[in-house]
Amino acid sequence: MSPMTLAEKILAAHAGLPEVAPGMLIDARVDLVLANDITAPIAIREFEKLGVSRVFDPARIALVPDHFAPNKDIKSAEQCLTMRRFAREQGIVHYYEVGRMGIEHVLLPEQGLVAPGDLVVGADSHTCTYGALGAFATGMGSTDIAVAMATGRVWLKVPETVRIVFTGSLQPWVGGKDLILYTIGQIGVDGARYQAVEFCGPAIDALSMDGRFTMANMAIEAGAKAGLFSPDDKAMAYVAPRVSRPYAACTPDPGARYVRTLEWDVSALEPQVAFPHLPSNVRAVSEAGGVRIDQAVIGSCTNGRWEDLELAARVLRGRRVHSDVRCIIIPGTQEIYRRLAREGLLETFVEAGAAVSTPTCGPCLGGYMGVLAAGERCISTTNRNFVGRMGHPQSEVYLANPAVAAASAVLGRIGSPAELGL
Amino acid sequence: MTISGRVWKYGDNVDTDVIIPARYLNLSDPQELARHCLEDLDAGFAGAVRPGDIIVAGANFGCGSSREHAPLAIKAAGVSCVVAESFARIFFRNAINIGLPILECPAAARATAAGQHLDIDLAAGIIRNVETGETFHANPYPPFMLDLIAAGGLIEYTRRRLAAGRTGSGAACCE
Ligand code: SF4
Repeated sequence: MSPMTLAEKILAAHAGLPEVAPGMLIDARVDLVLANDITAPIAIREFEKLGVSRVFDPARIALVPDHFAPNKDIKSAEQCLTMRRFAREQGIVHYYEVGRMGIEHVLLPEQGLVAPGDLVVGADSHTCTYGALGAFATGMGSTDIAVAMATGRVWLKVPETVRIVFTGSLQPWVGGKDLILYTIGQIGVDGARYQAVEFCGPAIDALSMDGRFTMANMAIEAGAKAGLFSPDDKAMAYVAPRVSRPYAACTPDPGARYVRTLEWDVSALEPQVAFPHLPSNVRAVSEAGGVRIDQAVIGSCTNGRWEDLELAARVLRGRRVHSDVRCIIIPGTQEIYRRLAREGLLETFVEAGAAVSTPTCGPCLGGYMGVLAAGERCISTTNRNFVGRMGHPQSEVYLANPAVAAASAVLGRIGSPAELGL
Repeated sequence: MTISGRVWKYGDNVDTDVIIPARYLNLSDPQELARHCLEDLDAGFAGAVRPGDIIVAGANFGCGSSREHAPLAIKAAGVSCVVAESFARIFFRNAINIGLPILECPAAARATAAGQHLDIDLAAGIIRNVETGETFHANPYPPFMLDLIAAGGLIEYTRRRLAAGRTGSGAACCE
């Protein structure tokens, strides 16, 4: 048998084949199927056309109202209602109501719904986040998800794998967000189109799970089908208390064939900022030129985890958000929200003059809770800065890590924690 | 299947946020979505597009989110085909799944200008520029995907397979 990459091994196992190679079309079994309040209503409509009455397994479907929930208007309320009704009728086990929910890609790993070696499909492009656990996870549209909900299977083309090796050790205030922004800056927004990316090397070994989730999350911003990390002790320690079902973790074979290998020494890497209007439009924070900002958003499926908010709190503690800036902080899940309260971070944020919300996607996609007017600029820890992403087509979004976003909120312009003496 | 239409031309990385901005994602009716199609890229498109028109674009068309609202809006706006240098992966799947014809053809995409007319033979993947007479060959679809397209999309394809008592997607493992 030829040696396989991590993506190939997971896909072969789920297709019931001894081996697969890039370019093969396979029919595969899935471990988990995901949809949210935007994509589920269309998926449910298509599901109903299939002539089946029940989903393949009510314990292997996750439905999360997070994009426009708590409902932002009547139409959003109706979309959430469609999903809630379907969840009740079908006895969906993993349906999360407002007050207990979170942003899907922060919530699912936290709740132990994803394990190493899994094949996960979701009607959301950032489903690739779960690659941090060594799962093959990829985004699809509502119609694909309708069929997956009915059959528990999907068709997939086996992607080529790109390997990216990060050597060296990271400077203070530099993390997963900076590594992935740097990567996208280097290879471009279609640099890994249709491909799987394996992230590895000493800088990755040293990176926290939260940092890895951030990186896997933005693999799609380089066009990738999946971004994966070989599950190590850290990943196993993360899933051990969370996942109760059996799973089969796997690691890439020595000698596996990669379509290309890139290697970067990241020891001197500064925090990165992606300028409008592409995530690849990346500069070092010291070259950001002090762009003035009207808003800072800290949260999302990219950077709404505990470690992200803890970094932001270190910057905001004892400081004030600049008088010209609205700073909006959104924990990724109810669990993180509780911990913010328990450990005093909520107080830090509120005292600094930030607005803190219950979990929601809200501003990340220009939904609500922080929509921008024409000409306004926002620094954001989210993942996309396309035209109109957070509001008016003439507004601007700059992507950065949580420490840089928090420092910028204090400075009133894009800047680093170092400028605050940190 | 032959398609003929007038061309709307766009550049690289036309993303799903400009195809259908998120502020309209509380809608799912295709006709309502069509009214806002490409609004943040070309505010004149939705009002002036005619049934049968063709979108021609650069690389990585449809990058960004998985929202099926994007191909749905384009299809409901009356667009008969999208020709691009390349497509983002999820958009490609979604378009095939809902029966929006798309062709990947870098040469045709580069050589076609706004307002020109294309004749397209979808099954053969042949694109002809009516004004210049130039002919181009698009990258062919694998047989499994041609079956999907012939069935009118993934739902009808799957419905027939399920009704016939077959499980699985039917994708062959030897393409
Ligand atoms: S936080 Fe933003 S990118 Fe993440 S799932 Fe929500 S809308 Fe999508």
